[in-house]
Amino acid sequence: MARMRVRLTFPSELVQQPIIYRLVKDFDIVPNIRRADVRADHGWMVLELEAAEDGLERGVAWLKTQGVTVDPIERDVVLP
Amino acid sequence: MERLQGLKCRECGRSYPSSPVHVCEFCFGPLEVEYDYELIRQRVSRARIEAGPKSIWRYADLLPVELGADGEPVVGPAVGFTPLIRARNLADELGVKELWVKNDSVCHPTWSFKDRVVAVALGKAKEFGFDTVACASTGNLANSVAAHAAEGRLKSYIFIPADLEQGKVTATLVYNPTLVAVHGTYDEVNRLCSEVADKYRWAFVNINIRPYYAEGSKTYGYEIAEQLGWRAPAHVVVPCAGGSLITKIWKAFKELRLLGLIPESRTSMYAAQALGCGPIVTMIKNDTDVLVPVRPQTIAKSLAIGNPADGYYAYRVAKDSGGHGEHATDEEIIEGMQLLARTEGIFTETAGGVTVAAARKLIEAGRIPRDEPIVICITGNGLKTPDVLHERLSVDVTIRPLLSAFDQALADLKSKQGEK
Repeated sequence: MARMRVRLTFPSELVQQPIIYRLVKDFDIVPNIRRADVRADHGWMVLELEAAEDGLERGVAWLKTQGVTVDPIERDVVLP
Repeated sequence: MERLQGLKCRECGRSYPSSPVHVCEFCFGPLEVEYDYELIRQRVSRARIEAGPKSIWRYADLLPVELGADGEPVVGPAVGFTPLIRARNLADELGVKELWVKNDSVCHPTWSFKDRVVAVALGKAKEFGFDTVACASTGNLANSVAAHAAEGRLKSYIFIPADLEQGKVTATLVYNPTLVAVHGTYDEVNRLCSEVADKYRWAFVNINIRPYYAEGSKTYGYEIAEQLGWRAPAHVVVPCAGGSLITKIWKAFKELRLLGLIPESRTSMYAAQALGCGPIVTMIKNDTDVLVPVRPQTIAKSLAIGNPADGYYAYRVAKDSGGHGEHATDEEIIEGMQLLARTEGIFTETAGGVTVAAARKLIEAGRIPRDEPIVICITGNGLKTPDVLHERLSVDVTIRPLLSAFDQALADLKSKQGEK
């Protein structure tokens, strides 16, 4: 099993979508949410994702296609 | 190290012993260094600091790294204590009474404020017993880590995007690090470096050493206060990338007040960002604590962080201090660079242009009063990235090697544009 700690940022159009549910259902990913702030027009979530490596990669790629910003929990690793 | 109590989560408040970790295991919040200020208060004094070296190490009592057995810093002995310049010409231009420029464009050894954070980070890395340090960077941080690693006899791995300009690559390669160019988008490089940091037992300066690294920025604030005659200025304009610097300058003033080294006073903090990458300033202007990530599109590459880790904290500092924030367009950034150069003789990088331009706009808008002391923070040197000015600047006149040719050219120039 592979693990990944990420920060997801949701634009307003995705706030009402069951994004995390789809991660579980379609990619067999186990999400472990540690902190989150979801509002009517915006949302973010800091969580650990655990799954088979292939499922994890496909799930993260899918998140990006949906318009979710996926960052490592450190966010700005590459600095100027 | 008695004065260092360990690390504390900025979100849930959980404590951790001092170690190379940066994230709370419970809430994944960022960790920050905790000090025993009572102990520090017993030791530190203005006289003790003033008797110290002319470098960041005069503030060693307030930093999370020990000096060597000989009392000398382990890495970066000559970093910091850069000039704080009374900028009378620029003050006249901006119509303000008292303006100061804190000039880290001449910070030793790699000409940016990053030398402060890297010296502290690598000193701490050695203290933890690491023999290898690393970072991922597109500019100043790469230069600084490579240089300090060389001086500190540490192995270094520097990760860069494969499409980085050759000039920036050379300015890092010269120090003989292992330079790893990574093909891929910014996000892919970012993620790879996070995974590398997780897997290898290296001191990744802005990952597992980050809490200590960030503390180095406090020295910028200590120096401002000391160089002003042990007082905090009323207003400070700070360029923001990841958002850490503005929070640490603010913290520096708070610590100095707490320790009785400067009198109680209010300092308003102002964030300066490019319009093409200004998520923190957008938060401040919209008065919201929600940071919306952006895709950077600006010539201010040294501030181009679209989803800054300390964005929320930077926003809080600007709000809590009674400050504000301002964006600068690319055009205004160039004008800011030129304004600082032609008034004060300081050639700053684009980040400095952002700061000057933002300060000007904040003053003109009445956000910063004209009759109170203002400090603007210049954090990097223009000689590293002169390309942005190439299209703006040209030779005034080209002549044959004859005095008569010069006489004629001079007369032409004077009649055309007035005496320079």
